[in-house]
Amino acid sequence: MMFWLLLVAGLAGGTYALRLVGPTVGARWQPGPTVTRLLEVAPVVLLIALAATATVAGESADDGGLNPARLAGVAVGAGLAWWRAPMLAVVLGAALITAGLRAIGLA
Amino acid sequence: MCSNNNTAIGRIVQREVWPVCAAYALVGASFGAIAATAGMPWWVAPLMSLTVFAGSAQFAALGIVLAGGGLVAALVGALVINARLMAYGFQARDALGRSRGARLATAHLITDVNTALILREHDSHRRHRLFRQAGLWIFAVWNLSVVAGLLLGDRITDTAALGLDAVLPAILFALARPHLGAPAVRRCALTGAVLAIASAPFVPPGVPVLIALVACLLEAGPSRRFRRPGARS
Repeated sequence: MMFWLLLVAGLAGGTYALRLVGPTVGARWQPGPTVTRLLEVAPVVLLIALAATATVAGESADDGGLNPARLAGVAVGAGLAWWRAPMLAVVLGAALITAGLRAIGLA
Repeated sequence: MCSNNNTAIGRIVQREVWPVCAAYALVGASFGAIAATAGMPWWVAPLMSLTVFAGSAQFAALGIVLAGGGLVAALVGALVINARLMAYGFQARDALGRSRGARLATAHLITDVNTALILREHDSHRRHRLFRQAGLWIFAVWNLSVVAGLLLGDRITDTAALGLDAVLPAILFALARPHLGAPAVRRCALTGAVLAIASAPFVPPGVPVLIALVACLLEAGPSRRFRRPGARS
């Protein structure tokens, strides 16, 4: 309970503070090109790293380990996203491939 | 480049924001459903969606917590993802409104979508109206779809049979996809993913994705030296 409250409060406060930096100090200070570049790249690196670890290890601590059905599902979903398919196709593709492979007995 | 300067705000919202809203509805519903099946208290997902209002970061926090990561790892990971909102704040500064109250309220609506949308607009009144309208649409759709997903997820008993564990990574990848066009960014992302997977067995849960951030230095280092001499204006 406390954990969740702190998580939501910390995230909400931190995110709003980040949103407010530009509007409040923007007249006096602007980030340089290196900082701007880092602000662009870091989120992408983190999202991809999280996608990779969640694919390999599973999303919850107790279903850990490499899982062929999940791996195939994520590969299909990621492939669809790569070729700019709509989000619906990405979600359904990943879920259906994984569910289908499990239905025919692949873990 | 096509100019939007005479197109009604409502038309632009219909043409450019509604399709994005459809995608976000799905991401929001998935977020709600995964939160419901993950066994967190029912109020966490909707409260987070209202107060944080940043899909990628919410998904990252959820992913890190589900992987067994602690509070600090989840906060750092999610806030790094939201650091880009700081850059958007500078770009959208003049579009937030005139009065202090309007600026404080509209700042909460800063997203990737409306920040990109106003790049083509030059009149500050139009910039504000477009920014606020697009932001409100996304805000409404995002929060309603999270609740819908939560209700849906409550009825799901076997997440593995439905392949839901493949949905989270696929969505994370799809959210990053628009930024993977530049080879330099792809190189950083790939290096980061390898670092995260390789370090996973040796560090506490949640930390591998933070280790991946070292890969950003690949980009910050060389490109800076690269750009300086050529930078004019």
